Amino acid sequence: MDAPILSISGLRAVFRIAGRDIAAVQDVDLVIGSGETVALVGESGSGKSVTSLSIIGLLPKKVGRIAEGSIALRRRDGTVTELTGLDPESLRKVRGDDIGMVFQEPMTSLNPVYSIGEQIAEPIRIHLGRSHRDAATDAVRLLAQVGIPDPDRRARQYPHELSGGMRQRATIAMALSCDPTLLIADEPTTALDVTIQAQILDLLAALQAQRGMGILFVTHNLGVVAEIADRVAVMYAGRIVESGPVSEVFTHPRHPYTAGLMRSVPRLGQATTLKAAGTPLPTIAGNVPSLALLPKGCSFAPRCALAVDACRTAVPPLFAATSTQQSRCLRWEDL
Amino acid sequence: MGAPFLSVRNLTKHFAPTAFSRGPVVRALDDISFDIARGQVVGLVGESGSGKTTIGRSVLRLIEPTSGEIRFDGVDITKLSAGPLARQRRKMQYIFQDPFASLSPRMTIGQILTEGLDIQGIGSRRERRAKAEKALAAVELPADAYDRYAHEFSGGQRQRIGIARALTLEPEFIVADEPVSALDVSIQAQIINLLRDLQVRLGLTMLFISHDLAVVEYICDTVIVLYLGRIMEVAPAAALYARPQHPYTRALLSAIPSLDPLARQGRQVLKGDIPSPANPPTGCVFRTRCPVALDACAGIVPPLRATTSDGHLQACIRDDIA
Repeated sequence: MDAPILSISGLRAVFRIAGRDIAAVQDVDLVIGSGETVALVGESGSGKSVTSLSIIGLLPKKVGRIAEGSIALRRRDGTVTELTGLDPESLRKVRGDDIGMVFQEPMTSLNPVYSIGEQIAEPIRIHLGRSHRDAATDAVRLLAQVGIPDPDRRARQYPHELSGGMRQRATIAMALSCDPTLLIADEPTTALDVTIQAQILDLLAALQAQRGMGILFVTHNLGVVAEIADRVAVMYAGRIVESGPVSEVFTHPRHPYTAGLMRSVPRLGQATTLKAAGTPLPTIAGNVPSLALLPKGCSFAPRCALAVDACRTAVPPLFAATSTQQSRCLRWEDL
Repeated sequence: MGAPFLSVRNLTKHFAPTAFSRGPVVRALDDISFDIARGQVVGLVGESGSGKTTIGRSVLRLIEPTSGEIRFDGVDITKLSAGPLARQRRKMQYIFQDPFASLSPRMTIGQILTEGLDIQGIGSRRERRAKAEKALAAVELPADAYDRYAHEFSGGQRQRIGIARALTLEPEFIVADEPVSALDVSIQAQIINLLRDLQVRLGLTMLFISHDLAVVEYICDTVIVLYLGRIMEVAPAAALYARPQHPYTRALLSAIPSLDPLARQGRQVLKGDIPSPANPPTGCVFRTRCPVALDACAGIVPPLRATTSDGHLQACIRDDIA
């Protein structure tokens, strides 16, 4: 097997708040192979977006920084580059050549005063050194590839003339313009209607099958994970608490947080049965802790029905529950 | 059962261009009719531009309908002048989607909770405080929240404050507009349980707006599915999920990603975009994306009609596929 496209180990990203370093992400290990989709799933403040921003060096300036760890990217020419500690110019080059990014809100990635075609052509000119005319042709071809009808006309239009779904397709075209080895998609379907979300998920899966890129898919939606990912890493309060193949983690979660999250997702057709029986919807009690005031030991312990004293003394390591599935829970065998 | 508590008839809302905007009339709602019996919860579900929020705001007359009738407890509120409308509104409250935008950062929770009572001139200062504290208790927040500010609370707690604000006036009817959409999944279920609990305990009548069919199932007795300003299907919740009739409802249910990784296949993906309400398709508004549309669908606006006897209504001419 080839070296992985992306290999993160021991990542710790901190934010400087009120003179103190608060860890938004810690002990994060993550590997993505070529042609593989790995989902990073978690709720607000879990650190999933901070992890993806760390990879592309876009942590908020002055406040956020990578304090520890390594992020290694295998580039198109086969060389492996360590991204932490790269100077901004080299990092910019790596990002443009090898990493594509799609964010939640297409309008934040699109410039309202340039046409769609110009925006897709720009990275092609800068990173691939193509002429204006060739880049413009490439842009139209990319728009066709992401399923935009009438791509010639759409390339000449401005972002406000496109629907939300079309805009997201355009940002995907832009992300793919330099044929990246890694695509980072951070909540790419969260702002979209559910029928459009289904279209975009199908599109990403088809593009990956054609191009064989690795995808890091950041989302809060477990249904979307089941739909698109090969492997999943569940984050809670800055740490990965469980990881493994989606088929294993979703059929047999080995961390109480994953299990609670799975139970909390409303399932079609089941709620009416619960209501008829007078049973409330399953929930996870309490709230996500503030990163500045994390409890000692396992961060999930205060909300966990299985918690024992040992959970409150030290952060549990990741246990190998199976050869492919890992859980950061002392009691993973009891699940 | 008697007369419905809320009765909406032929509600239409067209947004005309103003001095500051150009373009055609936006047909946000066209000929919407439905009833809510006292103590019932009706869900309004649809995607962007379906008109669900426009309905929610119209029934409280927060926006003026273009035409149609909205009877609240027997009174047509579209014809009321300001004074009587304000007195009716005392019985009606609104819960907003975004618990960050809907609470003023400069007011204490106490001020937020008692503002409606102040405006309506209800009670002495002490009585107002007592009502606010009772509302806080009802949403399971500590009484000391009264003197704190919204930024001190998490999203789920803020949404509880938004609910408490709606409760202080002791309303009979609540419009809950996407009350859990901005919340994390582990908190969503907490808030839905709370709303259901309050609804049963206080005998509230509720219009529950959501873009997510999965979210409304637990709390709603009846679900209305909207598309581009028109009702596609109305059914008792259990019937809608077990036997969806309209092709749009089926597609919407099918598009919700399942937690089962093995269920990836067999999903029905609708093609194309939702048309603009400024230029809706003729005939059935769904026909441009409908997998089973016929030529005839362009010719007539299909009426909402019963095809079964359980109160299930749908607006599709294709009986042969139901």
